[in-house]
Parts: sequence; C-alpha cells; structure tokens
Amino acid sequence: MSNIEERVKKIVCEQLGVKEEDVKASSSFVDDLGADSLDTVELVMALEEEFETEIPDEDAEKLTTVQEAIDYIIANL
Amino acid sequence: MNKRRVVITGLGTVNALGLNTTDTWQALLAGKSGISTIEHFDTEGYATRIAASIPDFDISAIMTEKEARKIDLFLQYALVAAEEAILDANLPDSLDRDRIGVAVGSGIGGLSTIENSHVQLLKSGPRRVSPFLVPGAVINMASGNIAIRHGFRGPNFAITTACTTGTHNIGYAARTIAYGDADVMIAGGAEAASSPLGIAGFSAARAMSNRNDEPQRASRPWDKERDGFVLGDGSAVLVLESLEHAQARGATIYAELSGLGLSDDAHHITSPPEDGSGAAAAMLNALKDADLQPEDIAYINAHGTSTQVGDIAETRAIKSVFGEHAYKLGVSSTKSMTGHLLGAAGAIEALITILAIRHNIAPPTINLDNPDEGCDLDYIAHTARPMTINAAISNSFGFGGTNGSLLFTRYD
Repeated sequence: MSNIEERVKKIVCEQLGVKEEDVKASSSFVDDLGADSLDTVELVMALEEEFETEIPDEDAEKLTTVQEAIDYIIANL
Repeated sequence: MNKRRVVITGLGTVNALGLNTTDTWQALLAGKSGISTIEHFDTEGYATRIAASIPDFDISAIMTEKEARKIDLFLQYALVAAEEAILDANLPDSLDRDRIGVAVGSGIGGLSTIENSHVQLLKSGPRRVSPFLVPGAVINMASGNIAIRHGFRGPNFAITTACTTGTHNIGYAARTIAYGDADVMIAGGAEAASSPLGIAGFSAARAMSNRNDEPQRASRPWDKERDGFVLGDGSAVLVLESLEHAQARGATIYAELSGLGLSDDAHHITSPPEDGSGAAAAMLNALKDADLQPEDIAYINAHGTSTQVGDIAETRAIKSVFGEHAYKLGVSSTKSMTGHLLGAAGAIEALITILAIRHNIAPPTINLDNPDEGCDLDYIAHTARPMTINAAISNSFGFGGTNGSLLFTRYD
C-alpha cells in the first residue's frame, strides 16, 4: 500500500514539477501544488499509465488531492 | 487621419548563428555558417540531412523544465527572442499594458509536437493525447504566451503566410501602431520546422539542398551550384513603437519602419513567375508607402533562398524596380548563413537590415563562388562591406505567391 502512495507522489512530482517534500497526502493539486485544469488532466493520464487502469472522466473530476488519488487507485486496482 | 510614424526600439533573436542579437550580428559580419548535420533525429533515408538548428538552445533562464515541456520549441524560441527584445527596449513598468500588443507568427507552428502526439495517438489511443497538444502547438500561442508572460493586453494576433510571415507580422504591427490601436507592438516570427516531417515534406517538394557532405557550403544564393534552401530554426522579435511614444520616454531608436509593400504572384503554389513581377510589385509598393525613390535605397536584404528559380526571379524583380540603380545597390542573402527560417525569416532579416542601417555595414552572401548566368548584381560576396546605408529593403516571398517588402530608414 505504501508502494502505491510512493508511486502516486512520484507521478505528482514529475507531472506538476514540484518537490517531493512539498507533496503531502492532504495537498490539493490546484490550491497547493499550482496545477491548472489542463495539468490535472495530464496528471490523471499519467496515473492511468502508471497503474494500467482507466479512470473515467466523472471519477477523475473528483480527484482533487493526493490522498483522494491514492484512495482511488487502491480501491480500483 | 494622419498616419503615426513607427520606429524600432528593441531587438531580439535566437538562431543557429547566436543565442542573442550581438552574437548573431558578429557571426554574420564574420561570414559564418550556422548550418550543420542534423543530430536531433536519425536522418537515415532522408535526402536532406542538414539544417541550421540550435543544439545549444537553453530555455532555463526564463522557464522551468515543467513549463517548457508543455510548449513546442517554436514557442520557446519566440519567448526567448521576445525577452531579449523587450529588455533591449527597456520598457518601463509604468507603461499602460492595454496599449502594448503582440504579433509574432510562425509559418508552420508546433510541427514536432503534432508529430509526437500523433505517434502517441497511434500507439496508445486517444485517451493518451496530451491536453497541452493544442495550446502547445498552434501558431498564435507565440503571441499569446508573450502577452501572458509580460501582461501585454493590447492587440494580439499572428499572421501566417509561409516564408512571408515575419514580414507580414512586423508590417501589420506597424500599421496597428500607425492607426492608433497600440503604442508599442512586439512583432516577429518563430519557427522550429527541422523535424522529421518538416525535413521530409520540404525535401519531397524538391525545395531543399541535398549538399549533405558540405553543410556550411549548402546555402549558396545566386551561385551556379546552388541546389535549394537549407531549413533554419529560431526566432526574431522586434519592439515597434510610435515615434512620439519612443521620444517621450527617451528610448534608443534603431531605425524607422517607413514602408510596407505587399502583393501576390497569383501564379503557382510554390514557384514565382520567371520575371519576378510579384516581387517587384511588393518593392514598388514599399517605396510608394515610404514616399521614397528607388535611388534612395542603398541595401536590399534579399529573400535569396538559394533555389534555382527564386534567386533569378528576385534578381529580375530588383532590376525592373531599380533600373540602372540596381547595379549600385548592395544586395545580400543572409540565408547563406542563417539558413531559411521560414516564418521567422522575414523577422530575422528585418533585424539584420536594421543593424545594417545602424552600423553602416552590409552583411555578406557567403558561398557565392561563381554567380549564375543572369545573376549579375552586387551580392556582397563572401565578406561584409562598410557602406553608407540610410534606407534599405528586406524582401520575403512565400508559398502561395505571397510577397512582402519592409523598408527601413535611418532615424536621426
């Protein structure tokens, strides 16, 4: 499980160009990590790629924090 | 209404000869070639394997790697050239941003971004296409990104006319100022077309040189052995300003943009008519707009791409406009050194023409060892020449037969 958390955080760092120490479970992609709407689309694509899963748009819209993304991946893997 | 006068107060460029205006100008005066073997992709199987690309380009001074990843190289070139021009113009923060606009075009736009995205689409399907494909590749995003970065809220557009793009953008930016819609315009062109598809496409059109073993000798306008143009990457951007606005803030004035002349060949998709009549019309219209006589012109920065038909047609056009004075002009093609920057060609050549006036030096046409039959003007072969240049023309001619001439004059 911690492995998934690390992988999600790593992708968030890569996609949003932020430092690892700035990415907390509670971090909001838009409010804390400087993402815009296009960044979040690309972030979801990267998560889909990493975890070989498909995240429907209606679910993707609800993923606004790092923790929400981690929980979603764990629940849907 | 009275037309407002327009002057140039800032210059910026990034190209194969230099990452700024000073280095570029020094390389031009030294007669250096920016053309080399393509290293940024595997050219096995390509008829043309050379270009004037910019291997040492570095965006890190103005944006992070993350930001740069979202935009095509042509946009990065435009942002860097604009940055230099805006700093050079020393525009104070107090200026009204609503009165500053941007017009930086591109002939082709984000070709390599589109190519790479298409590979991704075929490989992984539509859900893997980046949301940054469109904003990172479409042509007007050069103007858009420059406006966003600097907060310029005035007129914002991007004219696309193949190899006349830079000339049109500068010309119409000047008209925007002359008409009173803006006081300052950031104008020019940017291109990064030396991608696999770009090289293959122009090669298929039989427009490019295949002198792959001697890249630095490949671009040789008016020479008997010329065999086509060499693709160049980069950008050039000028800061245009109304004369009164520049004077009021005590700006350094490089030159005045006195004339814009436009026409179309209405002849063929890629070739000019043999007599160069469309090109002649553009130069005549520029003279008329500037209210000058042919004898007033000392130097022409030619379109001179190093193609068989184009070089002769332009020579004929110059003779038809200037008569006997054609032989007293200095005419050079700096594409012999920079390569052909397509949508940025008119912009970098405007910049060079302005510096020629400012320094009273005409840059050379390198590689002109044996002028072809009918190519008998003074092309300033091999070495730069000090000469009095108070008025000069920069020519651009593009696919579709579109012609444009900018006429610059010394401002005292």
